[in-house]
Amino acid sequence: MTLNAELRVTRGTFSLDLDVTIAPGEIVALLGPNGAGKSTALRALAGLLPLNSGHITVGESTWDGTDAFVPAEKRPIGVVFQDYLLFAHMSALENVAFGLRARGTRRAEARAEAARWLDRVGLNGYAQAKPRSLSGGQAQRVALARALATGPSLLLLDEPLAALDASTRLQVRSELGRHLADFGGHTLLVTHDPLDAMVLADRLVILEGGRAVQSGPPAEVARQPRTDYVANLVGLNFYRGKASGTDVDLDGGGRLTIPRPVNGPAHVVFPPNAVSLHAAKPEGSPRNVWPVTVAAIEQHAHTTRVRLDGAPNVLADITTATLADLRLRPGDELWAAVKATETHVYPA
Amino acid sequence: MTRNRVRGRLPVVLVLPAVLGLAFLLVPLAGLLVKTPWTSLSTLLSAEVGEALRLSLICASLATVLCLFLGIPLAWLLARSGLPGRGFLRALVTVPLVLPPVVGGVALLLVLGRRGLIGEHLDAWFGISLPFTTAGVVVAEAFVAMPFLVISVEGALRAADPRYEEAAATLGASKWLTFRRVTLPSVLPGVVAGAVLCWARALGEFGATITFAGNFPGETTTMPLAVYLALETDPDAAIVLSIVLLLVSVGVLAGLRDRWISGPT
Repeated sequence: MTLNAELRVTRGTFSLDLDVTIAPGEIVALLGPNGAGKSTALRALAGLLPLNSGHITVGESTWDGTDAFVPAEKRPIGVVFQDYLLFAHMSALENVAFGLRARGTRRAEARAEAARWLDRVGLNGYAQAKPRSLSGGQAQRVALARALATGPSLLLLDEPLAALDASTRLQVRSELGRHLADFGGHTLLVTHDPLDAMVLADRLVILEGGRAVQSGPPAEVARQPRTDYVANLVGLNFYRGKASGTDVDLDGGGRLTIPRPVNGPAHVVFPPNAVSLHAAKPEGSPRNVWPVTVAAIEQHAHTTRVRLDGAPNVLADITTATLADLRLRPGDELWAAVKATETHVYPA
Repeated sequence: MTRNRVRGRLPVVLVLPAVLGLAFLLVPLAGLLVKTPWTSLSTLLSAEVGEALRLSLICASLATVLCLFLGIPLAWLLARSGLPGRGFLRALVTVPLVLPPVVGGVALLLVLGRRGLIGEHLDAWFGISLPFTTAGVVVAEAFVAMPFLVISVEGALRAADPRYEEAAATLGASKWLTFRRVTLPSVLPGVVAGAVLCWARALGEFGATITFAGNFPGETTTMPLAVYLALETDPDAAIVLSIVLLLVSVGVLAGLRDRWISGPT
């Protein structure tokens, strides 16, 4: 019962062209910047937006295709919306029971089942609470219970943690992970937060401008980004170039020495903390050394991130001690150095 | 005191017309209260007054029910259906708002009158004749009052977030179930406000009623008609009738205001 979808939707100047396959029990995260088409993909899978072409099939049944369209209310789906969209005039229990009632379950039975679901998400004391009186984390759990109560075969999560503050988020994320692990159907998680995607998903699909630019297990995507967007998400310096031997000529200018010989188009990545900064050109040891200018300095929790212009541009994380030593200001001229062994190279 | 000083002086150009406007609205009502023969009030509250009041309340309520049945679906159609020419339809719906009620009454006579376009067939096939009956009063009042309901409900529907309806759809709810259980409860304040306006308009309706339903005591003589008639023969009775009408409408509005139609405070 694998879900197979070729989502082709055109809206004005935007077009979505995305192939998605989700195995039963698999959690796929659709990760991308705003306007990449994540919500469009979710709406198409939910049946809220018909495809222009392509198809959606689950096992033998076709949800959308050239001669069939199953509307949202006929699809076995559950959706957790970004701001939950709990019905304000109904209690938490009635919200969870709504889907069961709509699908023909008797009232008493639906309410009992809804109560069991509230219990499962840890809200057994809140059955009669109105959504307005729930905290963000509680509302999120009601929304999850509502989506799962009907026993859907496809669960769609639209930025399920985006509306939560940082402290609740951590807890709700791990709870969500547990519920998703228990859920045997197909799960698609739409998010722009790489951490949500990395923690919760079995596989990532990176969407940019309506196209999938990369997909794979979270660890692989994090280690070998294929676009600037992904590299930025996972916090790596990322360069495209042409390798010959242990040298890579970068597309944006500059050259890097790599630890082992490679030939042809390649990507080079290294973390910002692999970059060291020096006031004078460092001598000796086989290093990549090039002159740079300080463009910006950002203070993070325990480190300082320095944006440097040069050939190539680079991000460097330095300690507060180094910052004090160098007395950095935007416009300062420095030398950046990266050991060849700190770089990671893979074919483009 | 400090707060007043911080706020500064209110500009006279605005305050003066505002006070005049307030006086313009309230002085006639105060005059009515002053002129009321309070001592002989009980003798003037005759059986006819009671009958007219009862008829008015019943007809206005029936007209409101009729408007709810027809007006809410119409408002939904205008707000949600994506029907072509909705803007034009919306303009048409509001015509009875600006139409002189007497003209509305004439139009109703031409269509539903015994020799009217539809009335002719109603009479021939079903033996139903609306003009000059209590049912005619309800029809005339509903005709004039329905736009108030439609506009109010449509506004509420357009302000309501349609994504809740999508959420209901993903939970397996049909369009009709979604409308009943999700959309309608979320626009309930708008419906109630519209119904109150509609009811108040129907209660005060005069022109269309007297044109279409005539003036038959006990059958079509509602309070506004009774007031107008009494003014010619017995001014004191007209004042009493007016007071009763005023108290009833203010009472209903005040009773509903706090719960339903409180604006932004």
